[in-house]
Amino acid sequence: MLARLPRLAPRSLSRSLSTTCSRRSDALFVHRDTNYNNPKIPFEFDAENKKRADEIIARYPPQYKKAATIPLLDLGQRQNKGWTSISVMNYVAKLLEMPPMRVYEVATFYTMFNREPIGENFVQVCTTTPCMLRGSTEILNTVCKELGVHPGETTKDGKFTVVEVECQGACSNAPMLVVGDDFYEDLTPASTKSILSAFASGQKPKPGPQSGRQTSENSAGLTALTSKPYGPGEFCQPDFQ
Amino acid sequence: MLRTTTTPMLRASSAVSRPFRAKLRQTAKHARTFATVADPPVRRYGGLKDQDRIFTNVYCRHDHGIKGAMARGDWHRTKDILLKGDSWIIQTMKDSGLRGRGGAGFPSGLKWSFMNKPGWEKDPRPRYLVVNADEGEPGTCKDREIMRGDPHKLVEGCLVAGRAMNANAAYIYIRGEFFQEASHVQQAINEAYAAGLLGKNACGSGYSFDVYLHRGAGAYICGEETALIESLEGKQGKPRLKPPFPADVGLFGCPTTVANVETVAVAPTIARRGGAWFAQFGRERNQGTKLFCISGHVNNPCVVEEEMSIPLKDLIEKHCGGVIGGWDNLLGIIPGGSSVPVLPIKQCSEVLMDFDSLKDAQSGLGTGAVIVMNKSTDIISAIARFASFYKHESCGQCTPCREGTTWMYNMMHRIEQGRGHVREIDMLLEISKQIEGKTICALGDAAAWPIQGLMRHFRPEVEARIEAFRQAEGNVAFGGLLAKDVDDTLAVPDNLGVRIPVESPAPRM
Repeated sequence: MLARLPRLAPRSLSRSLSTTCSRRSDALFVHRDTNYNNPKIPFEFDAENKKRADEIIARYPPQYKKAATIPLLDLGQRQNKGWTSISVMNYVAKLLEMPPMRVYEVATFYTMFNREPIGENFVQVCTTTPCMLRGSTEILNTVCKELGVHPGETTKDGKFTVVEVECQGACSNAPMLVVGDDFYEDLTPASTKSILSAFASGQKPKPGPQSGRQTSENSAGLTALTSKPYGPGEFCQPDFQ
Repeated sequence: MLRTTTTPMLRASSAVSRPFRAKLRQTAKHARTFATVADPPVRRYGGLKDQDRIFTNVYCRHDHGIKGAMARGDWHRTKDILLKGDSWIIQTMKDSGLRGRGGAGFPSGLKWSFMNKPGWEKDPRPRYLVVNADEGEPGTCKDREIMRGDPHKLVEGCLVAGRAMNANAAYIYIRGEFFQEASHVQQAINEAYAAGLLGKNACGSGYSFDVYLHRGAGAYICGEETALIESLEGKQGKPRLKPPFPADVGLFGCPTTVANVETVAVAPTIARRGGAWFAQFGRERNQGTKLFCISGHVNNPCVVEEEMSIPLKDLIEKHCGGVIGGWDNLLGIIPGGSSVPVLPIKQCSEVLMDFDSLKDAQSGLGTGAVIVMNKSTDIISAIARFASFYKHESCGQCTPCREGTTWMYNMMHRIEQGRGHVREIDMLLEISKQIEGKTICALGDAAAWPIQGLMRHFRPEVEARIEAFRQAEGNVAFGGLLAKDVDDTLAVPDNLGVRIPVESPAPRM
């Protein structure tokens, strides 16, 4: 009876009113068990990924297996429908023989690990300044209006998740968005709509610039590399001709 | 004899060699008594020929596989380069004047030579080259084109640079978003292994070298060399304190050098064509060719390899079809990626695209990422967007950066509306000065510079924005509180600046 008291006492003394602090980041950093994301859900690499994982681990010195954390989490995320559940993290920690906390640290630090489920098509719109100058705000608005969601949300049918991301490194092809792993560049609101509708109907439009140019060359005609590239040994020092 | 009789002035000239002295006497006969100043011929930079471009497949017009790469001269007599030895390669790099292409511009030959300290052979630890392909600086998209179109240049570069620093292996750390690029590089690595160009006895030179690809997972900070090493070790990408420098204790506790993709990828071509060839381009101390990526308000944004020291205006007019609305419609240019200060139009017409010229203009070459803004741009919101970028990307390790980027973000977004007090501009600058140089890595500096650049060149615009808001909404206290919302029946702290009379900014020309 008495032994139970100290455990009860703090609870009865605690304030009944509580305020939660505001969310300071775009993603919550702590894990809360839910019915779709808890450590009891089993996860294991399938045979193919197991082989890939062994290949990846072999790239690093044996005493530094830990270095494979990021690639393996990525592999796990791909197998787990595009998001990294707590089970994926625990599995990676077990595989690499490291404390799970070290894996959680990594998974919360890097933005490419989604710790909540995402839709079938993960639409990431770049809105950093170079894209913004070329009209990415309009592209983001088009995407949100077309799908009827705000950035960070998933559509009700679970087909699309839209997020706003920082620079994706395709600034000469701005504005751009990424669906899954593919870059769609040189967008206009019209081409954005057609890309989204293609994805909605289950097709995959051709990645790359949507304006007709091939990569990042001058769209009005090449200003460099117009001639045939030089061959082996040409223009080299006598030793290397 | 002569020495004893001559005047002191002539004695000084006796240090000059004999034939030259004879020549001097002769010219004296021709009665040129005054020193005439002949203007040295003015050299215009730019106009690089295709035959001098290193990256011949940046636009992916040709095969990026090993067959296409070999046809374009990659892997041509790499064995001979390796057999020349480490000091030859490093000397060639020094002769070429190559400076690191990742932003800091440190001389590459010198950096690589730090790996070969006297007695390095006795060190039993493995040695690593780490290639920084975590290209995330807003505006920069050059390494991407190298890895898509010319991945073999990078892989061969790893081998040559690795030989120069006597490394055992190279890790290419590529940002996770670059999926297509990573698969091209992986394909190149696999092809090179299959052809016996990598691995044990690479290229038949007796030297063993491995190249591994490592994909990151989306963190701008991992572009910093020590953060990249941490990330490669499977930890959070938080920069380390230096010293010890990576050349002593780096990846997995071993000697490591981190180099940018472009720096590494140009090495084999420089070795084959000679340091002097590379050094003929660009001004003294800024030699070579460079990939420039131009984005923003130009008619045809593109990535192009050009000579260093090309005038910024020429670069834009020649390769990008000019600024949208003409050169006079230009507002400002950020010449080297998000972390360098913006330049106003007057300076844009004058500067050359190299390290020294842009440094003199209080900006920097950075990665050669030119972000052009014409008069339709809201420059305050453009810079405010950078502030939110840095807030998002700060790793949270050092307090000045973690807290300061958030403060600057808040203030910039208020000032974007004009919801601020003119005195807050100076407060903002003070914050930026408190961040700059007070953090482990340069992200703090990078976050501070765009704002300092904005206030240096566009302060009148900012003041006008604040004034316009004040005209519409009344006086604004520090922190964005509107004076009209203040309840006068309550005690309001004086230090909020609600009651400070605001004089309108003096008209500037």
